[in-house]
Amino acid sequence: MKYLPLIWAGLWRKRARTVLTLLCVVVAFALFGLLNGFTAALGGIIDSMSDTRLRIMSRVNITQPLPLAHRARIETVPGVDGVSYYNFFAGYYQEPRNSVQTGAIDVETFDAIYPEIELDPSYVEAMKRTRNGALVGEDLAAERGWKIGDKVPLGSSIWRRKDGAEGWDFEIVGSYRSPSGRVPTSELWINYDYFDEARQAANGTVTLYFVKIHDSSRSAEISEQIDALFANSTSETQTQSEKDWLRAQIAQIGDIGFFVNAIIAAVMFALLFVTGNTMMQSVRERIPELAVLKTYGFGNSAVVGLVLAESLLLCCVAAALGIGISAAISPSIYREIGVGGINLPWSVVAVGLGLAAAFAIVSAALPALRAQRLSIVDALAGR
Amino acid sequence: MSAFRQIVSVTAMNLRSVPQRVGSSSVIVVGIAGVVAVILSVFGLTRSLQDAVLATGSPDRAIVLRAGATGELSSTLLVDAVATIKDAPGIARVDGKPAATADFVAAVNLLRKEDGRRAGMVVRGVDAAVMAVRPELKIVAGRPFTPGLREVLVGRSALQEFQGVAIGDEVALREGRWRIVGVFESGGDANESSLIADAATLLSAYQRTAVNSVTVRLESDAAFDTFKAALTTNPTLSVSVERETEFYRRQSEEANQIFGLVGIAVGVFMGLGAIFAALNTMYSAVSARTREIATLRAIGFGAGGVVVSVLVEALLLSLIGAAIGAAIAWLMFNGNSVTLGDSVSSMVFKMRVDPALLGTGVLLACAVGFIGGLFPALRAARVPVATALRAV
Repeated sequence: MKYLPLIWAGLWRKRARTVLTLLCVVVAFALFGLLNGFTAALGGIIDSMSDTRLRIMSRVNITQPLPLAHRARIETVPGVDGVSYYNFFAGYYQEPRNSVQTGAIDVETFDAIYPEIELDPSYVEAMKRTRNGALVGEDLAAERGWKIGDKVPLGSSIWRRKDGAEGWDFEIVGSYRSPSGRVPTSELWINYDYFDEARQAANGTVTLYFVKIHDSSRSAEISEQIDALFANSTSETQTQSEKDWLRAQIAQIGDIGFFVNAIIAAVMFALLFVTGNTMMQSVRERIPELAVLKTYGFGNSAVVGLVLAESLLLCCVAAALGIGISAAISPSIYREIGVGGINLPWSVVAVGLGLAAAFAIVSAALPALRAQRLSIVDALAGR
Repeated sequence: MSAFRQIVSVTAMNLRSVPQRVGSSSVIVVGIAGVVAVILSVFGLTRSLQDAVLATGSPDRAIVLRAGATGELSSTLLVDAVATIKDAPGIARVDGKPAATADFVAAVNLLRKEDGRRAGMVVRGVDAAVMAVRPELKIVAGRPFTPGLREVLVGRSALQEFQGVAIGDEVALREGRWRIVGVFESGGDANESSLIADAATLLSAYQRTAVNSVTVRLESDAAFDTFKAALTTNPTLSVSVERETEFYRRQSEEANQIFGLVGIAVGVFMGLGAIFAALNTMYSAVSARTREIATLRAIGFGAGGVVVSVLVEALLLSLIGAAIGAAIAWLMFNGNSVTLGDSVSSMVFKMRVDPALLGTGVLLACAVGFIGGLFPALRAARVPVATALRAV
């Protein structure tokens, strides 16, 4: 610690250079935080997904409905604790581009299968009493300013009503929350029975089934058994745990990971160059000063330590600043591209700081070696 | 000595001394190469995606959807509406029949070649008149499908990207297996990432009666207004009519917004970083040249020559960086095929890093080099001659 003023003075010897190098590293790590934070946050979401819940959709494509008759057969599979189902409603409010994520569910079984959703029993009762009732997610309620008792007229871009009426009028009878944040609360849930009776086509079908199992190690086996039940039927199924499903989903967005890693690699390579060069220059210019230190009795390792410490201080402070900037702005950027609610994971902060330290050491290694080997007489003589 | 000759000789002298500062000069080169490579790749991706989607549309075609529908999947048109639409004025006629196709859009999940994962692909049911509507669609291998039989054509991009869709293979759609009988291409547009089949056969297999959209080829660009007016004023119809170009522009908007934003965010950060790196390089170049500059000034050279020499050095180094960056982006990404998709379907397109984009990269590099050179150049101009010479 007593060398801190010495390190500090060495760092500020050329103010402009240090500030510019610092800014370079800040920018690089801000970018690192933004990009890596995004992929790490996606990874975090995958990890938090359940593998004791399976998701069944049509093997052909998710746009293909599955018959409600599958339910009874799925329930017979050993290991299955409960089955619920879901139908996409493709809802919108006032105009088609103003979409409201809406799902038709069977509220009782749904509630039983999703213990991480906090749903007041009185709301479940209210849904059962009110045919056109709806449950609003906490986030959706906040976004739209909807509250219990509101009447919400929705249009659907897929479903028409049997009675020819234009829209669907729902009444909000309750709300749901997800205290752990694992389930998005940006949807409106309506009664499947009411919806299925009123729609003009595809009656008696669902988009998805959800299956609760208790033994996550058997999820693959149970999935296969379910799919085998319907193999070669007109409605073949594809069963996956929620975790596998999301992983496949993210892979489907495209080769994002490759791009992110390529960008990070380019940034980091350029960074290594910049800091390495600064350290080289700084040490080269200070050879006579280092020789003086050695004359005073500083050992070889002490001089190496000084050079390394300077580099470490510069890189780590700058990296911390950069990651701080990315943590501050990333939530709003992610919201802008439609993946709201992601915060910078701590793992990214840790990896970033570790990387910064590694850079500091690599870029200071050559100059430090030079400082260590320097012979006092030659250096003082300016040779 | 004239001011101009002064500038030229100082600049030339300076450039000859760059090799002595190769270490710090390479910082600017590497920094700018990184920025240009990244920006060209991100915007190359956005542009190629946009091009592929936009290429699907043609200004002499119009697409009819149910009023209020935002895309084909959320639109349904019943049989009688389709008949009315096909009779509307303004549609080109081939052999006396209207050049119109009523499309039914479904999707099927297939295994990708690259990672073996399931991804969605569009299956489009089309009318026999599709060739009159889309003359760019050509069968390059095999034969057309036979209406009434379970036969499909596969797009060339889809064939490259997915397993089990070669001629002779069978894919499981609704109601059994459908045989692939031919391969079509349509200039690398969005349709090439799909399967096409006969609409009537597909509709009966899916037990549907309604199609999603009707696409027509117009007599001329100008016939659009007639066509649109005829449909939107018809009280028995509730449809929206759009030029196909406009429709696909709208479809590509969301993806463009996302990629554009990512590109800009990354670009701004990397650009800033490169400016700092360039400033650093040029400040140290000026500081290494202090004696030389002071000497020049002492023997009567003006400040102008010194300023220009610094700026030219910065710009030249930036251009070298830009060239390296562009080469990296081009070698790594040009011609790569990229797949992007959502839960329903995906699209395959070729990535291109085109000359216009390369020009943008070079301009950007010059801007970074200019800013990075300007302040150090100004400092060089203000080198105090007496003090600098005393330090010799």
